[in-house]
Amino acid sequence: MDLNYIFGILTLAGINLMSVLGLSLLTGFTGMFSFGHAGFMAIGGYTSAMMTVKFGLPFIPALLIGGLIAALVSSIIGKLTLNLKGDYFCIATLGFGEAIRLILDNVQYFGGARGWPGIPHHTQLLNVVIINIVAIIVLANIVRSKHGRNMIAVREEELASQIVGINVFKYKLISLMISAAYAGIAGGLMAHYMTFLQPKMFSLVKSTELTIIVIFGGLGSISGSVLGALVLTSLPEILRTFSEWRLVIYGLSVVIIMITRPSGLMGGYEFTPSSMKKLFARMKNKNKGLPNQMEGGKTV
Amino acid sequence: MSQFLQQLINGLSIGSVYALMAVGYSLVYSIMNFSNFAHGGVIMLGAYFGYYYLTAAGLPFPVAFIVAALTTCLLAVIIERGAYKPLRERKAPFLYFIISAMGTSIFLENMVIATIGPTFRTYPEILSRTPIQIGSVSVGRLDLTMFIISAICLALLVFFIDHTKMGKAIQATAYNIKASALMGINTDLVIIVVFALGGFFAGIAGVLFGMKYTVYPQIGIITNKSFIAAVFGGLGSLPGAVIGSILLGIIETITSGYFSSQYRDLIAFVLLIAVLVFRPSGLMGKVTEDKA
Repeated sequence: MDLNYIFGILTLAGINLMSVLGLSLLTGFTGMFSFGHAGFMAIGGYTSAMMTVKFGLPFIPALLIGGLIAALVSSIIGKLTLNLKGDYFCIATLGFGEAIRLILDNVQYFGGARGWPGIPHHTQLLNVVIINIVAIIVLANIVRSKHGRNMIAVREEELASQIVGINVFKYKLISLMISAAYAGIAGGLMAHYMTFLQPKMFSLVKSTELTIIVIFGGLGSISGSVLGALVLTSLPEILRTFSEWRLVIYGLSVVIIMITRPSGLMGGYEFTPSSMKKLFARMKNKNKGLPNQMEGGKTV
Repeated sequence: MSQFLQQLINGLSIGSVYALMAVGYSLVYSIMNFSNFAHGGVIMLGAYFGYYYLTAAGLPFPVAFIVAALTTCLLAVIIERGAYKPLRERKAPFLYFIISAMGTSIFLENMVIATIGPTFRTYPEILSRTPIQIGSVSVGRLDLTMFIISAICLALLVFFIDHTKMGKAIQATAYNIKASALMGINTDLVIIVVFALGGFFAGIAGVLFGMKYTVYPQIGIITNKSFIAAVFGGLGSLPGAVIGSILLGIIETITSGYFSSQYRDLIAFVLLIAVLVFRPSGLMGKVTEDKA
């Protein structure tokens, strides 16, 4: 197979991974589902493309500004909708994502529904990998910090964490803003990889795809999200020979995963050096019947 | 004034079809507390079944209509058995239901693309296109038919819910599923009936929608608007779903009539967010308390 083709798929997987990481914090660790993350990707993508094309900024600052604007918008949305319970928050994010797409359809400054060509090509496999590694390290540190533990507490039992003195609303908002920033940066990476932006790229289907990747990888597991993004982005490419049937298989497998393995691939477990050591120790001492504890959260 | 009346009538007709779709969302939500996104796929298949019963099978229109509705009725029950029952038995959180529903929706849509193909199909002309003139307002025969059929269906639904034993069981289950099961109501059967009802109306709505516009695999995305209507009226409330749908239909036709049809969908989604922010329980919905 052509090496460039493989690099292309990996770059796409990396871009997906970036937004999946953010969504993983929101969904996997804080327990809120969003069907509007494509909207944050769109905001980040269009903002960073505006920075490089219209204002001539370098690539990395443009990406960061894209992420920042996405986080700002998410804070407004969050202040309005985070008090909604369960299903309704999902629906609100769905409405938000679609509204962003339809607004962009009508903004002629960005080319409207026809799209915006001629964005410089800056995204390469190397910088995607570096950005992702930084993003994973940052995320892992957030999750292990006091704030991360508070978010997990909110996921497990909202009422109880409120009683213990955790500001539930604040942690939900922080989680949403960080995840929106990740999605915004991912949108910027996508804009400078495709060199073309169109509102259609950020439809509800894209948001659903991101959520499906997080669930497929396993809620509450960063390594699961990484694995999920790699597998589910390359799977449609591998299945390209029967292109018409690949989305049929995709839809069916989502249902089957929900029914048979709801905790996803990694459900709550992480690949870390220490967990690996414990896993090997367990395999070695299997017949001695040692307690087989692994690191990680609770499976859902 | 006559232009306004004209828009109002168009809005009523499209709103009544939204209502047929929205009751499907609302019925399922009232009992199972999740948004059944696979409903759009069922509506889409209803439009296709109606098309093929009319053209390939050559059935007369009323028969094709009923048979299409019965097929989607069966389909909705199969989806419930396959995609939701295992989750229900495991007492999975509502998020898994939503994802399962999304997966089903992707599956149905692409199944149609893979087997039938993504081309647009137009229903044969059943009703003449010449409108009926009432004063200065002209009413399309199709619009009138849509309104009448939807109204009859909704009236039958209300009768079923209010005056039959099964309907009362549905009301009780919507109020409290655990207590109803303890009182000897077969809640599993109630859920099947609810999906069957939703599927039946989805089929009717799909055929009407296909007659008014065209049939294509992505029709399910348009049906998202009936979901907005259900939220607008209050998820889980049947009168709310109907009122919300008709209001949404009127708002849509008036926006496209007086402003631009490009803003029609935008208005719908902005309305959705506004309702969720200011009155999340919708116009008629019950205010749900926090269940710990």
